[in-house]
Amino acid sequence: MSLPPTNQRLLTYVDALREAVAQEMRRDPRVFLFGLDVDDHKAIQGSTRGLVDEFGRERVFGTPLSEDAMTGVAIGAAMAGMRPIHVHIRMDFLMLCMNQLVNIAAKSRYMYDGQVKVPMVVRSMIGKSWGQGAQHSQGLHAMFMHVPGLKVVAPSNAYDAKGALITAIRDDNPVIFVEHRLLYFTDAYVPEEPFEVPFGKARICTQGDDITVVGISNMLVECLRAHELLSDIGISAEVIDPISLMPLDVDTIVESVRRTGRLLVVDNAWTACGASAEIVACVLERAQNGKPIKVRRMGYAATTCPTTPVLEREFYPDPARIAQAVHAMVRPDSKPWQPDAERAKLAYQARFRGPF
Amino acid sequence: MAERHSVCPDSSALAAADLERIYRSLRLIRRAEEEVARIYPSDKIKSPVHLSIGQEAASVGICDALRADDVVAPTYRGHAAFLAKGASLRGLMAELYGKATGVAGGKGGSMHLIDMSHNVLGASAVVGTTIPVALGYALALKSMRSDRIVVSFFGDGATEEGVFAESLNFASLHKLPVLFVCENNHYAIHTPISRRWAAPRLCERVETYGIPAHAVEDGDVLKLRALTAEIVARLRGGDGPAFIECRTYRWREHVGPNEDYDAGYRPRADLKPWLDSDQVGRIGAMLAPDRRAAIDTEVEREIEDAIAFAETSPFPAIEALHTNVFAAH
Repeated sequence: MSLPPTNQRLLTYVDALREAVAQEMRRDPRVFLFGLDVDDHKAIQGSTRGLVDEFGRERVFGTPLSEDAMTGVAIGAAMAGMRPIHVHIRMDFLMLCMNQLVNIAAKSRYMYDGQVKVPMVVRSMIGKSWGQGAQHSQGLHAMFMHVPGLKVVAPSNAYDAKGALITAIRDDNPVIFVEHRLLYFTDAYVPEEPFEVPFGKARICTQGDDITVVGISNMLVECLRAHELLSDIGISAEVIDPISLMPLDVDTIVESVRRTGRLLVVDNAWTACGASAEIVACVLERAQNGKPIKVRRMGYAATTCPTTPVLEREFYPDPARIAQAVHAMVRPDSKPWQPDAERAKLAYQARFRGPF
Repeated sequence: MAERHSVCPDSSALAAADLERIYRSLRLIRRAEEEVARIYPSDKIKSPVHLSIGQEAASVGICDALRADDVVAPTYRGHAAFLAKGASLRGLMAELYGKATGVAGGKGGSMHLIDMSHNVLGASAVVGTTIPVALGYALALKSMRSDRIVVSFFGDGATEEGVFAESLNFASLHKLPVLFVCENNHYAIHTPISRRWAAPRLCERVETYGIPAHAVEDGDVLKLRALTAEIVARLRGGDGPAFIECRTYRWREHVGPNEDYDAGYRPRADLKPWLDSDQVGRIGAMLAPDRRAAIDTEVEREIEDAIAFAETSPFPAIEALHTNVFAAH
């Protein structure tokens, strides 16, 4: 990742989120943040800590368990000129907001032909491990990508978490901001001053010639580890982080795939009708007149997420399986390869301990 | 149900100009919708219309007590509230015709009317969905230390949606300047309240959220206006939300231009008392005959103008399909 030469320091993802909101709230009095438990002692796993103290209860407040109405409140406030940030501690809870998000937030700009705009951010966190299970673990970003009028962004590191959240707050449209619980511990060099990470611009994280690997949300981290494992055996993977899923930077991915001839998309979600399906289809539509392209998708098992670690391990892609899939695509005639199990382990997973 | 907070329905307190204004609004809505119903079979209006004929008093009684900078959030049966708030009849008619000059450029139709220049929020075709949006607008006004208020219109069916209960609670908790107005026309599409509500005590339900609730049972536009004026003063003072259940009756079918008393779900006899107490005729009869005739003429002229405007306006350019999907910076 290339970073601008500014006042940078290592910052965790969770602190980057908090800093983005605090800086935007200082800059713009129209920004306010609300949601269930944003103001309690746990502060959405730390991501809203200190905001009530600095900005007061009128701009930072908890809500009743009324996700449907609270989403409507955000929309109405946005139409009146405010810039709400509505926070959900799990993405699963967005299902309670679907009517407002799909029928009102996404459509108001269009069906009222520009008379209103809906500048709002919906922060939501995907959970994983330690028994998150069926209803605390879902990456549901594809549902929102499907509907015109919504933007969807899923940062994979602290730098993008801060920059993309600032972009989201300044955007005049509803933005579904997809966070991942396991990424909260990860750190990166992040500028102290506010900055924007533009939507619709993917980042090439590692350059490679053998295959293009697109990783979404925390799967980007797992793809980067897979890239290291693959380097050991001389396979060079070009790992791309789309950062924003809607708008999607198809150009960058197509350009890479034209060169590598292979595309693997790894999503933190199911593959059926998912972001991985969309990315593969977009690339094939654009690049089908060149040389033949080999494609593959990886994502959740086609099951509900189980809680027991033995089954949960099988539910998700991981660096070893991603690397093996790449190996099979790049060297189809070789015998199956088993990466070193110790090297395949990810620090950020080992750090997460219960109880939740 | 007894009226829970009595108000003085004394129409003598109103000046002749007030009565003329109220009559004009009632008459405009009634006649505009009758014209919509007349034109409808020609297929020039390609938009499902949910007519307010018979229910005009609810919109007029409320909106006449508001300031121009107050905000209303109408429903998909929203021609009445839209016009009662003073929004553009030309824009409405052109919108029904799908023309570029419609309030939503032909992209919204009858169910998605909006006119922000008259503080009319956009209507939704999904029952109850605008209730929390109205709250959000009111929250913003409150945070801006404004004394403007927001009226959220909805029907009796919307009170069954979960979001209604969520919204009552939040509005009361935050003392939002919102007037909830339930236009109770006794039917959700074709299903009567008796087959939808375990207990018909709507105002009591609302009061448990700490919101003063009022019922106006007879659709008296002047009573409703006086009640609203009193409530609005309290809302501006920061007292928090209030609720009015306005009993009314839909004369035509749920959607479309016709009557449907032969469909079997409601007897024509139910219409009788509402016809007898029709507010358009009642208020008209309070005016001097020459004034009434003059207003009628004006109203007809305005409607003719709006129809001609809609007929002669262009359809949107094909490029409009792709405009306003997103707001550009």
